[in-house]
Amino acid sequence: MTALLELEDVTARYGPVQALHGISLQVEEGQIVAVLGANGAGKTTTLRAVSGSVRRDGVLRFDGRPLRHRGPDAVARLGIAHVPEGRGTFAELSVTENLRLGAYVRRGSGRDDVTRVQEYFPWIEERRHQQAGTLSGGEQQMLALARAFMQRPRLLLLDEPSLGLAPLLVTEIFRIIKEMNEREGLTVLVVEQNAHIALQLAQTAYVLEVGRVALSGPSSELQEHESIRRSYLGY
Amino acid sequence: MPARRIPFLRERRPTGGHTSLPVLFALAAIVVFLVAGSLLSSIFAQQTVAGLAQGAIFGSLALALVLIYQATEVINFAQGEMAMATTYIAYQLTLWGLSYWLSFFLALGIAFALGVVIQLVLIRPVQRSVIAVVIVTVGLFILIDGLVTWKWGADLKFMPAPFGNQVYHLGQVAFARNDLGVLIVAIVSVILLWVLFKYTKLGLAMRAAALRPAAASLVGVRVNWMLAIGWGLAAVLGAVAGLMTEPTQFLQPTMMQAILLYAFAAAVLGGLESPAGAVIGGLLLGVFLNLIGQYVGFATSELRLPIAFAVLLVVLLAKPNGLFGRKQVRRV
Repeated sequence: MTALLELEDVTARYGPVQALHGISLQVEEGQIVAVLGANGAGKTTTLRAVSGSVRRDGVLRFDGRPLRHRGPDAVARLGIAHVPEGRGTFAELSVTENLRLGAYVRRGSGRDDVTRVQEYFPWIEERRHQQAGTLSGGEQQMLALARAFMQRPRLLLLDEPSLGLAPLLVTEIFRIIKEMNEREGLTVLVVEQNAHIALQLAQTAYVLEVGRVALSGPSSELQEHESIRRSYLGY
Repeated sequence: MPARRIPFLRERRPTGGHTSLPVLFALAAIVVFLVAGSLLSSIFAQQTVAGLAQGAIFGSLALALVLIYQATEVINFAQGEMAMATTYIAYQLTLWGLSYWLSFFLALGIAFALGVVIQLVLIRPVQRSVIAVVIVTVGLFILIDGLVTWKWGADLKFMPAPFGNQVYHLGQVAFARNDLGVLIVAIVSVILLWVLFKYTKLGLAMRAAALRPAAASLVGVRVNWMLAIGWGLAAVLGAVAGLMTEPTQFLQPTMMQAILLYAFAAAVLGGLESPAGAVIGGLLLGVFLNLIGQYVGFATSELRLPIAFAVLLVVLLAKPNGLFGRKQVRRV
């Protein structure tokens, strides 16, 4: 069986600065895969390379289809939802409008999806008309997840969902991601600084170091090796 | 081939707060003043209605400027000339025997197409640079002016009167049917535009593309298309302004030039980022100019434009972001 997402020797650059030096990774359908590493290792750029929001080279395939010549909007239409750094929330728009934008690539009104999303985030119902920028950090992260979920993606790209959130909220958000994965079979590629919690969530993990894959394997193996933990994961 | 990237990505941070209370009070006071004055004096009432009609035209064109400014932070200096050119197109259609209103709506459709094409062909190639876009719009101003003069000549042309020349009497007050018609057409177009932006998927996507282009593209919005459609809609609003100017100013290549300046003033008065502000700014300006023309002896028609800009300066000294503008905090 081929993987849902395949990257082979992918490079990417910001102007003169090369951020990825040839990344290869695979995400199987239904899996949660974590990308770990220090600041500047290329985690965010890896996601951007997939969604097309950075110039990239190499082989990128989603469900067998090449991604390299597709821009972000075309990638989104293929069924990839990207919750970027900073969550990509439309702070000036209302909660409902953010959700409607999530369903932008889909036909129909998306009313069923709103109901479905509210099963995961019940508080959304009463905050529908609130301006998204006035939500708390945790709520904004959940809104970003809800918006991505509205898209009914086959692959969800998550950039540091734990960033800036209190530990309790982080646990809650990872629990919801896990639930979406188990109940809906949602495939997730998540980038995290917090290796500890990411390894608990993901089945497979890749550790990046200066734009290359330093090591990869099942999360359980990476967790077990004391030396790996010390040198790469920092806990 | 490298992947397409979307240029002009300057993200804006949430802008906080609503319209300030003093501004709302001042507006309420102005409305009370106008209503009271209209009840006391029939001339005042006539001038107010005529001013509102004139102001609705300023407001429509100002709204067109704001639509483009919001998305690209560029003032389209050719907006008035585009409006003038589409009015000439409507004129040509009536010459070919079409009725006024058929020509009107056809011209709006043509305006939309022209707006989209101008964005795709002339603006998109240079849109990474704000100053280049501004220069292109100035060039477009001259180009359209030249083309229209070459095709139709610089002398006055006349179209059939859309609303007739009747005058309604309400007690002592005489209202020109044309003024009421202009006011209604402008208000209806603004409302239609508001419905589009507020309630349709396309409108929501256009707002998202203007506010946060990068995030909008990630949810699947074709940001470049939204910009082109924005230019099309702005051109339609401009065409409405041009067509509604024609009954009083008649057709000539310079017909929209002063009006564009008033529209700038109206847009800046309202706050360049605020569509509602542009419309209200336009109405205020129209009424104000008509009333001082009536009651202030030295305010002759030559002084109208300088007076408008003097008022604008005073307002901007007190509120640099306009009446409805909000402070912009930019991410660096």
